[in-house]
Amino acid sequence: MTFSEFLRDNIVILDGGMGTLLQSKGLKPGELPERWNITHPDVISNIHKAYFDAGSNVVCTNTFGANALKFSDAELDEIVSSAIDNAKAARRESTSPKEKFIALDIGPSGKLLKPLGDLDFEDAVALFAKTVKLGTKYGADLIIIETMNDSYETKAALLAAKENSSLPVIVSNAYGSDGKLMTGATPSAMVTMLEGMGADAIGANCSLGPIQLRPVMLELLENASVPVIFKPNAGLPRQTENGTAFDITSDEFAKEVASLIREGIRVAGGCCGTTPEYIEKLSTEISGISPVPVTEKNISVVSSYSHAVKFGASPILIGERINPTGKKRFKQALLENDINYILSEGVSQQEKGVHILDVNVGLPDIDETSMLVSSVCELQAIINLPLQIDTADTIAMEAALRRYNGKAMINSVNGKKESMEKVFPLVKKYGGLVVALTLDENGIPESSDERFAIAEKILDTAKQYGISKKDIIFDTLAMTISADNKAALATLTSLKRIKEELGCNTSLGVSNVSFGLPNRDAINGTFFALALENRLSAAIMNPYSSDMMKVYYTYKALKGLDENCTEYIETADSFASVPPTVSAEVPKKDTVTSASELQRAIIKGFKEKAGELTCELLKTTAPLEIVNREIIPSLNIVGKGFEEKNVYLPQLLMSAEAAKSAFDAIKSHMPVGEKNPDAVTFVLATVHGDVHDIGKNIVKLLLENYGFDVVDLGKDVPPEVIATKTAELHAPFVGLSALMTTTVPAMENTIKLLKKSAPWCKVIVGGAVLTQEYADKIGADKYAKDAMDAVRYISNNK
Amino acid sequence: MNTKVLIRQYDEPPIRESEILRYARCNEACEETLVLLRSCLEEARKVLTYKVCFSELPVNINDHICDFGFLSFKSESLSKNLCNCTSVILFCATIGLELDRLISKYSRLSPARALLLHAIGTERIESLCDVFCKEISAEQKLLSRPRFSPGYGDIPLELQKDILAFLQSHSNIAVFLNESMLMSPTKSVTAFMGLYEK
Repeated sequence: MTFSEFLRDNIVILDGGMGTLLQSKGLKPGELPERWNITHPDVISNIHKAYFDAGSNVVCTNTFGANALKFSDAELDEIVSSAIDNAKAARRESTSPKEKFIALDIGPSGKLLKPLGDLDFEDAVALFAKTVKLGTKYGADLIIIETMNDSYETKAALLAAKENSSLPVIVSNAYGSDGKLMTGATPSAMVTMLEGMGADAIGANCSLGPIQLRPVMLELLENASVPVIFKPNAGLPRQTENGTAFDITSDEFAKEVASLIREGIRVAGGCCGTTPEYIEKLSTEISGISPVPVTEKNISVVSSYSHAVKFGASPILIGERINPTGKKRFKQALLENDINYILSEGVSQQEKGVHILDVNVGLPDIDETSMLVSSVCELQAIINLPLQIDTADTIAMEAALRRYNGKAMINSVNGKKESMEKVFPLVKKYGGLVVALTLDENGIPESSDERFAIAEKILDTAKQYGISKKDIIFDTLAMTISADNKAALATLTSLKRIKEELGCNTSLGVSNVSFGLPNRDAINGTFFALALENRLSAAIMNPYSSDMMKVYYTYKALKGLDENCTEYIETADSFASVPPTVSAEVPKKDTVTSASELQRAIIKGFKEKAGELTCELLKTTAPLEIVNREIIPSLNIVGKGFEEKNVYLPQLLMSAEAAKSAFDAIKSHMPVGEKNPDAVTFVLATVHGDVHDIGKNIVKLLLENYGFDVVDLGKDVPPEVIATKTAELHAPFVGLSALMTTTVPAMENTIKLLKKSAPWCKVIVGGAVLTQEYADKIGADKYAKDAMDAVRYISNNK
Repeated sequence: MNTKVLIRQYDEPPIRESEILRYARCNEACEETLVLLRSCLEEARKVLTYKVCFSELPVNINDHICDFGFLSFKSESLSKNLCNCTSVILFCATIGLELDRLISKYSRLSPARALLLHAIGTERIESLCDVFCKEISAEQKLLSRPRFSPGYGDIPLELQKDILAFLQSHSNIAVFLNESMLMSPTKSVTAFMGLYEK
């Protein structure tokens, strides 16, 4: 019998702790337990045998930390091969009559993935792939990925397993006492991502005992449509005279785990502190229990690194603003690779209350794949909302899905054969809730009957790829009523039929309905309300539109979806307000007053006000005049105050941000792509090996305010990258930052390389450990003690 | 799991605004700075966690060689610091990964907020270390020496690798080491704390 067959109809008993037992056999602190597969095969094999004898169906090989970070390829090969041999020997020698399987055990790499750590996602995949290939080659029956406390690393390991082996893969995470993974994921977020990628069982192990893990297990059971794994510690560690002991006896353990097996757990065992005795008691305790059948939960859901968003109950808002269509300023940001602008659009939409962010960065003149991947990576580093990957380019789509930390929404597939052939395999491999447009080779049908027929065709095809209908969300295509006054009706009728007859969720790009008409928000709001009444599940919409938000909150309040009208009451005031770009607070039209007010706003660091006042001034004053007469003098006042120590760093930065907000307002008035031809290019980076970027960011902000064209290469930048970029741009100035003594050599190497490949450039260095003496020693042209010092130097030497 | 390593979690230690401002290089805070600082504090406090994992080690120092069993190295400055100590506590403390996420968010969107969040993080981790060290020295009825971290004096930063592996910091309190021997979460501290009799 294969493991998959056994899993289908039985309760699977896993083994218990390994580390604790090895310590009792003499494993020393700091010694790598995986080496014992080679040096102490009998000890390992006897532990496995004891578990098989105690009633385990599966033993996990002693390969928890067997990865290429810790061992050379040759040693890794020997470790995995010996580990599986040890488990096989135990299986041969055990007299237990039960089905016995060997799981290749894969634990965390011990490194944190980027962007919070320094291990690249693809490097993590490659790392796990090595162990997976060896385990498969040497005859494991299944793969267990366990004790993972980061969702992104879990994804890397599962992807490696799926890409390099056809063995069943079961995945278990380590949840903290707050019921979340260390990097923030809830159990339902993990179910969403792992089930989407095709894990054969999902669960929790380690970190806590069976009692503390109970809420996590119930959440997993409520959401998972695959078997759930439960492998807790023997309670919590407590201090005794002889060191640490766990606080739950084998009897209590068996009782607690069995009670959850009665509630649906299908794969159970023990982690730290558990021994063959615990497994034996568990095995006896559950001998009469029949397995609870695993049911299909049919939840349409997406997830981010932190949480899951479910469709169907309450309407879901998908923010549409990360999209260049019709947005001059956004196009400019894309052309200039201005990721910060994209991030700020994400953050503002989150503040407005959207649940998901649509990400569309397609523009003819840019490399969409690399832009989409970097946007997704940057957004998911700082915003916890699930993303909708929105692109027509399936290469870009795959690259983004691969890097996405969760289960994404995918926009889109349609009824064309070619579209389904390209998109469905990606949905199957990476998981995803895919938006399906009801159009095909013949275009967008006018009637709702035809749109419905396309929806049925899409569902049938998806099924052939193993994609169930819960992962398809239909967009019945809102078309403008200015061209066809029956267009909205066809869309609305299709929505209702798809929901009621096919049982699928729906989504609409609401604002398309009003294209070509005046006061579009008015039409959009009413159409949105009608669509919701026709069972619309999600809307791709503009959250800055108070008409739309008004419909959303009032609809929820009226439909009993907003308890005590709490959300409505909290937001009611905002519906009356005007859009954010025009201020209600600054009615002044008097240029003279506004000018001095702008200076004051910048000096005081009032960011919003500085932007608003600049917009106002632009109606009467030339952009350059505002810069030279208002912004620069204000910056000079603050900068001088800083140098004279009357103004301190936080205030300097607040002023700089306010000035930046004024510049942004000016920028949005200029034609796309137009740059100041006199702007001096300044290449800026934190050197290789160093990840401290606060100083670098401060310099960047100030230099931008003074009109320099700053090319920020980021942190931990290799010398070659800095040298190549400087040469390519023929940049006259380079700024290098380092915080630690250990990374100053990297700075020195960078300078050496720069002197060779860009001998014209002046190198300015700064950072906590640097001094004038140090700077001279490593060949820098200038040591800047702070950001203002750098500004002065460049202004005087350009 | 290493049987000799213990984990403790703490409630929020009292916040010292003046210390935060000092870390932000602000000797005198204007009204606007204070408003921003309080807004940053409100945001940061929601995500901070206070965790320490530690182990008590025997002290064995000869000729500036500090031998802690699992690790032995030569350091004049640590030998001096631990002189006359009866035991030493090796610990790793952290205020968690979420602050790094906030800092990274605002370094893109608002360097002023990022600066203050950095300063808050530094003050918070130092306060956590103070609370922990005070508690241990009270429990053991011993006095404590100033804590001493790798990178101080002549203790090489490279020891971080062995120390964090010994404390199993990544599985115990989710503290990781990168290639440059820096920790993630960035607001984490490892240190030796010597204990001596009154």
